Amino acid sequence: MKSDIELITSEGKRLDGRGPEDIRKIKIEAGVLHRADGSCYLEWGGNKVLVAVYGPREAVPRHTQNPLRAIVQARYNMAAFSVEDRKRPGPDRRSVEISKVISEALEKVILTEQFPRATVNVNIEVLDAEAGTRCAGLTAAGVALIDAGIPMRDIPVAIAAGKINGQVVLDLGKEEDNFGDADLPVAISPRTGEVLLLQMDGHLTVDEFNQAFDLAVKGCHAVSEIQKKAVMHKYQAIAAEVQE
Amino acid sequence: MPNEGRQIVIPGQILGDIPAFKPGRGTFVENKKIYAERLGVLNIQDNFINIIPLKGRYEPIVDDFVIGVVEEASTSNWMVDINAPYPALLHVHEVPWEIEFADTEKYLNTGDAILAKVLSIDESKKLQITLNDRNLFKLKGGHIIEFEPSIYRRIMGKKYSMIEIIQKYTRCRIKVGKNGRIWIDGDAEGIAKVLQAISKIESEAATFGLTDRIEELLKKDAKDVR
Repeated sequence: MKSDIELITSEGKRLDGRGPEDIRKIKIEAGVLHRADGSCYLEWGGNKVLVAVYGPREAVPRHTQNPLRAIVQARYNMAAFSVEDRKRPGPDRRSVEISKVISEALEKVILTEQFPRATVNVNIEVLDAEAGTRCAGLTAAGVALIDAGIPMRDIPVAIAAGKINGQVVLDLGKEEDNFGDADLPVAISPRTGEVLLLQMDGHLTVDEFNQAFDLAVKGCHAVSEIQKKAVMHKYQAIAAEVQE
Repeated sequence: MPNEGRQIVIPGQILGDIPAFKPGRGTFVENKKIYAERLGVLNIQDNFINIIPLKGRYEPIVDDFVIGVVEEASTSNWMVDINAPYPALLHVHEVPWEIEFADTEKYLNTGDAILAKVLSIDESKKLQITLNDRNLFKLKGGHIIEFEPSIYRRIMGKKYSMIEIIQKYTRCRIKVGKNGRIWIDGDAEGIAKVLQAISKIESEAATFGLTDRIEELLKKDAKDVR
């Protein structure tokens, strides 16, 4: 979709005042739910995401079990009130796809071989959406998995890069996603730099793709630091509470 | 449990190199470097790097005492939930009673609680438990509460000091399973106090001097102490 809106000025200032490489404000809180094994609440710009992790527990029905490793079942769901026009509740084509790619990304970091025949359930609930919910969901899922005490090789992290008005930028906002030229969500394992998820919507030249990809990897490392701080904050707070 | 230097580690955090240190529990090795695989407290003993988990499911180990709840009675065995990722099998040969074929329900039925021991775990994590040992029995009456399995050692305390204090001040019968379950039998007042103590231990598990604070808490309104 093309429009006449100027998404980015010639000085590189975007609609919400960010520069081309600036990330929206991120707030992460671990362990917010009492009943889940692990949980996380994340706010990323206008996105609000709640993730609950259950498991590892025995996979049912039985034919879904893998005798050698655990399976990871992520479920991405958007609340009916998360978008401007009411979203019809229930899984649709889009959320089934996102659930699948997130499950596969998480499978690569969780040490699944420690739990044969088991499953890890990750429920990602999008309460408020403003572009980049799959990245927000995956980032929050990483924190919730740590909170659940599940063995992992690394903490997965995701961010989108894209192209607006012919310029490559990081972390697309709502208008930039709707009226921009391309969207490139990237998830990596920050310790090794392995790519866990890579999708693209729109058109980019090879050069632009490389530029956007490098920008997203850089962004992932920045978000990763916020994730780690959130986990440390939560668990060091418990220790500090009584020692004062 | 050594207390010095409680350092909290997160998955993927680098902990040391291979020749200088050896990888212990809760760690994995990649390119001769040791990394943390889960959230926990760092513990280095004899050059072994271990992680004492802060959270997570109970991982059964042979000879652990566990509190199980019977899920299903079959003709020659019971399936028992022991709070692990998998249900445990209790065979009729592993109970102290003589059981006629298909008479299993008369002895243990769905919902009954037992204090059992982990007998075996095979490579596909199939679990077997047993009641054939001293101090193993069916738990009649009482209440079962759950706690975070990783703080088992804090609930027991050094040389069982913590659990003895709780028993002394509340006058309850208490059995603690390694799988994150506690069975309590006593009067309502005592049970309420045990619950209060356990939830305090749970929320302050990563701190020092916990036993003293729990004793203080229980002493405050203790009427008669045995």
